[in-house]
Amino acid sequence: MQLDCAAPMADQTADGMTIDGDRSVTARRLSWVLIVVLSVVVLTGLATGSAGTSLWQALIDMAQGQDLSLRDRVVLLDIRAPRVIMGCFVGAALAVSGAVLQGLFRNPLADPGIVGVSAGASLGAVGAIVLGGTLTVAAGLVTWLVPIAAFLGAWITTMLLYRVATRRGRTSVATMLLAGIALTALAMALTGILVYVADDAQLRDFTFWSMGSLAGSSWSKIIVAAPLILIPLMLSPFLALGLNGLALGEAAAGHIGIRVQHLKTCAILVVAASTGAAVAVSGGIGFVGIVVPHLLRLASGPDHKYLLVNSALLGAALLVLADLISRMIIAPSELPIGIVTAVIGAPFFLWILLRQRGIVDL
Amino acid sequence: MTRVRAKLKLAGLLLLVSAFGLHADPAQRIVSAGGSITEIIYALGQEHRLVARDSTSNHPPQVAALPNIGYVRRLSAEGLLSVSPDLILAEEGAGPPETLEVLAETHIPFVSIPMGHDRAAVVAKIKAVAKALDVPEEGEALAQRVGGAIDAATAHSELADQRVLFVLAMQGGRVLAAGQDTAAQGIIELAGATNAVEGFQGYKPLGDEAIITAAPDVILLMDSGRQVSLTDEEVLKHPAIAATPAGQNAKLLRMDGMLLLGFSVRTGQAISDLAAGLRGANG
Repeated sequence: MQLDCAAPMADQTADGMTIDGDRSVTARRLSWVLIVVLSVVVLTGLATGSAGTSLWQALIDMAQGQDLSLRDRVVLLDIRAPRVIMGCFVGAALAVSGAVLQGLFRNPLADPGIVGVSAGASLGAVGAIVLGGTLTVAAGLVTWLVPIAAFLGAWITTMLLYRVATRRGRTSVATMLLAGIALTALAMALTGILVYVADDAQLRDFTFWSMGSLAGSSWSKIIVAAPLILIPLMLSPFLALGLNGLALGEAAAGHIGIRVQHLKTCAILVVAASTGAAVAVSGGIGFVGIVVPHLLRLASGPDHKYLLVNSALLGAALLVLADLISRMIIAPSELPIGIVTAVIGAPFFLWILLRQRGIVDL
Repeated sequence: MTRVRAKLKLAGLLLLVSAFGLHADPAQRIVSAGGSITEIIYALGQEHRLVARDSTSNHPPQVAALPNIGYVRRLSAEGLLSVSPDLILAEEGAGPPETLEVLAETHIPFVSIPMGHDRAAVVAKIKAVAKALDVPEEGEALAQRVGGAIDAATAHSELADQRVLFVLAMQGGRVLAAGQDTAAQGIIELAGATNAVEGFQGYKPLGDEAIITAAPDVILLMDSGRQVSLTDEEVLKHPAIAATPAGQNAKLLRMDGMLLLGFSVRTGQAISDLAAGLRGANG
């Protein structure tokens, strides 16, 4: 399942001056478009909600030196703002991790689930939900139990997988894939045991957790999640050149001077930290990690130099938009965001694929 | 400038005070998060003060016209604020905690109503709701009426030899049965009968041999009213159930879920219905 990541490398070696099929200009333009789209989506996310508080009115009032009403302040600052910011973080983390893993595994099906993040996080979350009640924790810690356990679950599973797949300083991607399946199965079995002993309410909590939601976003969660998500995201562009080289195959990448093992270690650390934190605060949100990088490859080519940055922008915009839908569509109730991303995203992705192959002409 | 504004504020405040009288005005925009709480609010005749309800509130039927704020353990903070409540009544265990944290900042009164599966719990629940609604006398009267109905229903039920198996669902031949500390066990015991299952808490899948060992005389099922997901034949032809006294005598009992397990104002009726059903099934 070789991805067409090799294209830009081949083009660049073929010709020095004019590169046939070079889409870097498109990709750069796309970045600007995505920045505009993300800004619009973020502002809409802040301005829209079932409580009907108007962002513009609030800004005008503040400009005139008036105090916001308590209700408006809570809606804008404690509900919408953290959700929108968290949506950006989580969307960017999932999309970039997807892009990095697809490059690393040279497999278009790779997503954070492949390195055990989802299964590990689920295990951690269900463990906290079921066994958390037996612990006596400080009241302020109750809301942290599930995210912390989910992050630890994700991190431990991924690091374990990395250890299993690494021999004499070399990580085998194939072993990682296979061991990942085994570890996921084990984590799911343990999850199953906990689900079995869970009571009705805990079962419901876990079901909702696994469908994802940004509803629990708060400033304190953002402060904790920000370094875990933002630092890996800012480091990810440094992986771009290596991932481009890796598309030629591991041996060839080594020959053109890429430190392959170093690249693998960095890529896995980036993914484990950012996705682990993203899943911990938002629960299971599928689909973003696979679709966003694919859409961008179709639009502007597989060069990771642009792919990673654009994935972050599009992932963020997509998730903030999905969250907006999830909280508006059945207001005053809320739909889990994982349902929204899948119901809207999956058919759209299918349509793009079919159109690309000329099956659907619209 | 500031003086003028202060005066305006004062004028506004006076207007508010005069409009509502000088005492603290009782809440007029109430959100009920819990089916049993909603029933109590209706029984107290205070439904005109209700502005929204959760997804478990389905009785009385007209409650469906109110906005639905979602599942009681997954309340949305902005969704709740969007109906501008001045009082939120929630079942114990409502959440998630993140939403409750945000609500605490808005200073909207949030009252957690204790839950339980016996007579005392129903009475306590009614009194707690009435107190929160500022109608303690009506609450006292309702609590007495409901408590009386429960007493009357439990008084003459002598069904202790009746072993009842409550089946919540049957998926792929797996029987999901009620164990200890469940609403189902609570109502079965109030009706004077015995829960056929022992040894685990909550609703769990029950193995075939455990079903035969439990030897229920009657199988109790929930009837949601709208869809009959589980037919009588399906239950009776289950090999393990067929081997029990209930299966051999085809003794199935169906009751409305919210009536049976709500532990609210209709619990007296639920007990007498269940006892009557058990007696009928017995005879």
